[in-house]
Amino acid sequence: MKLSSVISARFDTPDSQSIETYRKDGGYETYLQVLKGEKGSPDDIVAAIKASGLRGRGGAGFSTGMKWSFVPKNVDKPKYLCVNGDESEPGTFKDRQILEFDPHALIEGVGITCWTIGAERGYIYLRCEFKKGIATVQKAIDEAYAAGLFGEDVQGSGRTIHVSLTVGAGAYICGEETSLLNSIEGVRPYPRNKPPFPAVEGLFGCPTIINNVETITNIPHIVKRGAEWYAGLGCKDDPGSRLWCVSGHVKRPGVYEAETGFRLQELIDEHCGGMRGGKKLKCVIPGGSSSKVLLPDEVAQVTMDTPGIRKFGSSLGSAGIIVLDEDTCMVDAVLNLMKFYAHESCGQCTPCREGTPWVVQVLQRIRDGKGRLVDLELLDDIAKNMEGRTVCALADGACWPLTSILKKFRHEFVAKIPGAEKGAREVATA
Amino acid sequence: MFPDDVKAELEEIRGRFPGHDKAAMVPVLRRVQEHKGWLDQATQAWVAEFLGVTAIEVHEVVTFYPMLYDKPVGRNVLHVCRTLSCEVCGARELWAHLEQKLGIKRGETTPDGRFTLKAAECLASCGTAPVLLINNERHENLSLEQVDKLLEAAR
Ligand SMILES: Cc1cc2nc3c(=O)[nH]c(=O)nc-3n(C[C@H](O)[C@H](O)[C@H](O)COP(=O)(O)O)c2cc1C
Ligand code: SF4
Ligand code: FES
Repeated sequence: MKLSSVISARFDTPDSQSIETYRKDGGYETYLQVLKGEKGSPDDIVAAIKASGLRGRGGAGFSTGMKWSFVPKNVDKPKYLCVNGDESEPGTFKDRQILEFDPHALIEGVGITCWTIGAERGYIYLRCEFKKGIATVQKAIDEAYAAGLFGEDVQGSGRTIHVSLTVGAGAYICGEETSLLNSIEGVRPYPRNKPPFPAVEGLFGCPTIINNVETITNIPHIVKRGAEWYAGLGCKDDPGSRLWCVSGHVKRPGVYEAETGFRLQELIDEHCGGMRGGKKLKCVIPGGSSSKVLLPDEVAQVTMDTPGIRKFGSSLGSAGIIVLDEDTCMVDAVLNLMKFYAHESCGQCTPCREGTPWVVQVLQRIRDGKGRLVDLELLDDIAKNMEGRTVCALADGACWPLTSILKKFRHEFVAKIPGAEKGAREVATA
Repeated sequence: MFPDDVKAELEEIRGRFPGHDKAAMVPVLRRVQEHKGWLDQATQAWVAEFLGVTAIEVHEVVTFYPMLYDKPVGRNVLHVCRTLSCEVCGARELWAHLEQKLGIKRGETTPDGRFTLKAAECLASCGTAPVLLINNERHENLSLEQVDKLLEAAR
């Protein structure tokens, strides 16, 4: 398989973060054309983004152009863009690369998006643990203002467009878009019930678009080179070029850019150098920790695009590919992840607040050799009572790795339950 | 409560949210904490007044976020990632080493007040595991020897 470089094209450029090198590479030209109306009306740009087939890169994979079209036109309120740079989904480390190595590409995306959706301000929300990314983006914002690219009546366009940076304080849940809004507003960041959707009633009660860092970084490329070009990259039903994060037991973990539709096995073998220490593959969690696990025969067949991975019951999520080798204990692995969800549950809904620590408790006793066979049924039952019954998707995100690992690695759990081998066989043949 | 340069920075942050001072809550608390080490009652009350909100509104936010400290911490705060990609790529050994070397468990502070050891969830460095932050400074691909050096260098 071939790697590509759209988003990552400038990552290795010396001094890639400065406005000088960015402009030398043609940066901000598209934004200036947009401000002059040379790229068409806002509706034209929304239509182009729709036609490009771009799906959100934050996890849910929703059509970006479609989302933008939900912003009401004739309301007498300010509108906002919020860029989601909370990047906390386990296994995901791509947005950090953009922030640290090509901040102006993101900021140009913010400018174009604000103009298109009629927003007067774009907030870039970054997790506070990104000290370097925060400094890099803030410097880039200052440079962009100094160059007259933001502010009132920007470039004589008659439009006011601002960009500001804001930070979180270490909570995964703030990556959930409505929690992010509450985090920005300075209240306890509980996710909000939907509807109303943020496009209609978001930040400070005003129409707001929330998009992931990588999604917004795609915008200048699409507006510059055209929807048709983008739609032609990768897989037809889920086109584009994405940053894929590979971690775990491979020889060369890292961020790889590739057009959708490649074979996962080839990425692991050709570019990541295969498994570390000559070990065998046990499984892959393909889309950040909140996705369903794939077994080696599934990894061998699956193509990395939304329809391709759906065939195997999983999802691309945030493109965080976690590769685990044969020595990994799956009871430990799922326990590790469930501790994550239990820690990060905001506590607002009972099934999630009570369910996630309960799952941890049960898994702990199985790991310690004190489990019972009924505990496996219990875990499935707890999951059933969490999934789809909560305000936000964190609880679903906890259930997917849990139930898929339980199903596909049941034997590993059974092996840890005293006297269960016999009982399990009886259950299986009954 | 704060020197002029910090105060000026806080005012700049507040200015990023025209008409919505309260929205500066988290960035202001982060900046204040950077200066004071942790967020005691008096500091929280100061922030409440600075943003024109009640003390309880500040408290509600402070107690939600892991990176806002409502209790004293050591001079150096270590955040060591415990999540899956790190756990399977060296974080277990790193944890054992740190707990043994510092003589404390996660969440605790050394008796001399030099280090606080905290667990962090995925820090978006999974490809360069294991990872820790020392006073929010990121260190990746850590060997145990490198960790020892970092600890020695910390005041
Ligand atoms: C618990 C939870 C955590 C999330 N974390 C993130 C995140 O860190 N970054 C992100 O971009 N999206 C995250 N999302 C998805 C956002 O809610 C939202 O769908 C996304 O930011 C929209 O942008 P996109 O359409 O460009 O993907 C999270 C969702 C949930 C339910
Ligand atoms: S599902 Fe969990 S994280 Fe989401 S709102 Fe409910 S309690 Fe909070
Ligand atoms: S799991 Fe440790 S940084 Fe992601």
